[in-house]
Amino acid sequence: MIAVLLIQVRRKRNAQFMHIGWFVFLVPASLFVLLIRYLPSLADGHTYFTSMKWIPSFDIHLTFYLDGLSMLFGLLITGIGALVTLYSIYYLSTDESLKHFYTYLLLFMASMLGVVFSDNLMVLYVFWELTSISSFLLIAFWNQRKKSRQGAQKSMLITVSGGMSMLAGFLMLYVMSGTFSIREIISGISQYTDQGLFVPAMLLILLGAFTKSAQFPFHIWLPDAMEAPTPVSAYLHSATMVKAGIYLVARFTPIFGGEGTWFWLVGGIGLFTMFWGSFHAVRQTDLKALLAYSTVSQLGMIMSMFGIGSVALYMGYSAETAIYTQASFAALFHLVNHSTFKGALFMVVGIIDHRVGTRDIRKLGGLLKIMPVTFTITCIGSFSMAGLPPFNGFLSKEMFFTAALKISQFDVFSLETWGILFPTIAWTGSVFTFVYCMIIVFKTFFGPYQVEKLEHHGHEATIGMLLAPGVLALLVVGIFFFPNVLGKYILTPAMSSIYPSVPPSELTVPIAAFHGFNTELLMTFGIIALGIILYKFSRYWKGIYKLFPDNLSFNALYDVILDQLGKKANSMTNFYMTGYLRDYLVYIYLFLIIAAGGILIYTKAFLFEISGNSPVSLFEWIIAMVMMAAGIAIIFANSRLTAILLNSALGYGIAVLFVIFRAPDLALTQTIIETVTTVLFLVAYYFLPEWRRERGRSISKSVNLLISICVGVIFTVIALAVQNGKLFATISGFYENAEELAGGKNIVNTILGDFRAFDTMLEVVVLLIAGIGVYTFTKLKAKKEDERG
Amino acid sequence: METLITILAGILVTTATYLILSKSMIRTILGTAILSHAAHLLIMTMGGLKRGSVPIIGEGNNHVDPLPQALILTSIVIGFAVTAISLVLAYRIYQETKTDDLYEWRGFTDE
Repeated sequence: MIAVLLIQVRRKRNAQFMHIGWFVFLVPASLFVLLIRYLPSLADGHTYFTSMKWIPSFDIHLTFYLDGLSMLFGLLITGIGALVTLYSIYYLSTDESLKHFYTYLLLFMASMLGVVFSDNLMVLYVFWELTSISSFLLIAFWNQRKKSRQGAQKSMLITVSGGMSMLAGFLMLYVMSGTFSIREIISGISQYTDQGLFVPAMLLILLGAFTKSAQFPFHIWLPDAMEAPTPVSAYLHSATMVKAGIYLVARFTPIFGGEGTWFWLVGGIGLFTMFWGSFHAVRQTDLKALLAYSTVSQLGMIMSMFGIGSVALYMGYSAETAIYTQASFAALFHLVNHSTFKGALFMVVGIIDHRVGTRDIRKLGGLLKIMPVTFTITCIGSFSMAGLPPFNGFLSKEMFFTAALKISQFDVFSLETWGILFPTIAWTGSVFTFVYCMIIVFKTFFGPYQVEKLEHHGHEATIGMLLAPGVLALLVVGIFFFPNVLGKYILTPAMSSIYPSVPPSELTVPIAAFHGFNTELLMTFGIIALGIILYKFSRYWKGIYKLFPDNLSFNALYDVILDQLGKKANSMTNFYMTGYLRDYLVYIYLFLIIAAGGILIYTKAFLFEISGNSPVSLFEWIIAMVMMAAGIAIIFANSRLTAILLNSALGYGIAVLFVIFRAPDLALTQTIIETVTTVLFLVAYYFLPEWRRERGRSISKSVNLLISICVGVIFTVIALAVQNGKLFATISGFYENAEELAGGKNIVNTILGDFRAFDTMLEVVVLLIAGIGVYTFTKLKAKKEDERG
Repeated sequence: METLITILAGILVTTATYLILSKSMIRTILGTAILSHAAHLLIMTMGGLKRGSVPIIGEGNNHVDPLPQALILTSIVIGFAVTAISLVLAYRIYQETKTDDLYEWRGFTDE
């Protein structure tokens, strides 16, 4: 197991240097072989476990865990990874930036392996996001195309938002259980099923799984991700990344599986996705888009089987629940099957695209004669997907029907009324699956050969290109004839991971190629019959798709949301960011009024007490009144000179007040500063235009006046309240020691120069800076536009 | 006395706010100058008014609070520096843009 880990680390380093596909090919191939060696011991029930410290203080360790489930996924990732690498060697020409391609691909592979092997929730999340990022890079591999960039953005937004909610779910799990380790959570699961966070955590984690696995209605990113190079589509969007969500569901089934919510969400949404995907796949004209919708559909099918399988956990272990565990078994089985045939189909489509220059089924036709090997592989893949014998898809589809029929007879979770929907929808979805499989085979390879519409004159692909899909097609047939080998060595250990409490011997399901005449077989016959009829007469019923116009689709909804979000944010910002100082000041003052005034009223902090006041003489009254009058008059001053003089009247008034208040230094400074300021104002006004009347409507003036009065009133009230509510005695008694401590008699000056000299120093710095600023402003002038050149 | 001065400061704050909210840069600067007057008056008032003699040792036994005076002295100088620099700034901007209307300065880039 440590070796696996080491290679994971090493391959990430490799990713920096590898630039030729052959070298890259060795990595997944050797990993595959390495994993194979663990198979027998896993079948005996052993698991492997290794841990490295990463962030011990947060209980986050790089814990890797190899059990049946992660083994199954690990084999898929490395095995199909090796084949895809092989295929891409022949698919991509050396003109492409191969270095980037293989770096992203290996990064993706490593993070995917990280997802399936991680035992720590946080590490799992890290790898999960790495798969999102690397798939983003791979989808936009041809980044000069607009559609690639859009598809990449879409998939990024959807999968990452799902990943975020998953993170929230993980954190909730951590809050409940106190551990990040999945195994420990599973072993202690009975303690927190009743907690309030349990269902929210489940919903959030499911949201992550559904977005990643393109379940309804988050499936919209998958067809757009088809702008990626075909090896990427084959690898990411059929075999691995979209299965990360499935892996998550399977991995968390022991935790959440007993809940009705889980059953309905996983089973119900999966089933509906299956129907929706297959229904919409039929209308596609682009082969890759068709395959994308079919992937959505098949993923939904796997998902719904896991949902049905989770019922077994609700019932607890007994002989009769073993029937429901078979659904999970079928899910795992179909997971493998889907990876094989869908990988092969994508590669085949890539070959066709490569050879004739189009993937549009309206232009294709009659390729049977020129591409016989491709045709054979396509047939195997398609008919396996349609669920026909002698291919592996037949077996898993029969098991799917078995599960759907069983669940309809179940009577918890209000299945007694809704249960019949399961086999019905499953069957309808399968009919459409059959129809689009027919389209893939017959529209592409039969009919007239429209050579004038094709870019290249097609011919059979090279052997190297056909190698990888050929191997997958052989697997498709091989699994049909020897399903139990797969079942015993890979699927059964994986089942024990999903149902840890059930002994493994109970979980093995013998898969028989032919299991007698039963309802499931009749359903398959019905599919074939109805499918052929629908295909033959497709032009009569295709009008039904007009019921789903493009502007009502989820794609359109997504586009509208994205577009409107941008526009609304923009217009909101434009609305309040006016660029006009007054508006911002209004916001600030309004906030002040609301916050300060609100608190004043809320705490009833009004305090008005004049008994403690010192007496006022007539002369002081007169000065205060004159100043008030001057202050108010400034507002109404018509000329700037009046305003300036009134201002200096205020300043000198304050100087007089300072005299009355026994502050000689202040009075002195105030007089001088006021004089200089007045001079400055006068000088500045000499260069500035005459004081204009305030333009603008009177309403904005009265708003200003109202705000000003409010601010003034609040200010006054606070000041009055504070004056009368003194909490502590003043510390100024200390400064009476000025003579002993500082050797000066003027207390104010000793404070400035001795006790608090830091203030004075920095104040001098302020003056210095202001002086430099004034000098700079007046002396240095920016060059005129035309002089700058 | 304290109440009277506080109300006076409140009126000055009202005037200053009104001027700051106006469209002309000069009025805004004048507003800030008046606002600093109000602040000084308030700091003074907070220390209590006319309770004792001039804060010079030897002049009586009970001095007025010297700390607010020191604070105000610092504040006056800083206020002066700020007023000076904003006046010069207004002057320079007026030279460049030929307007002192804040609304017309909206969206002006310095290029």
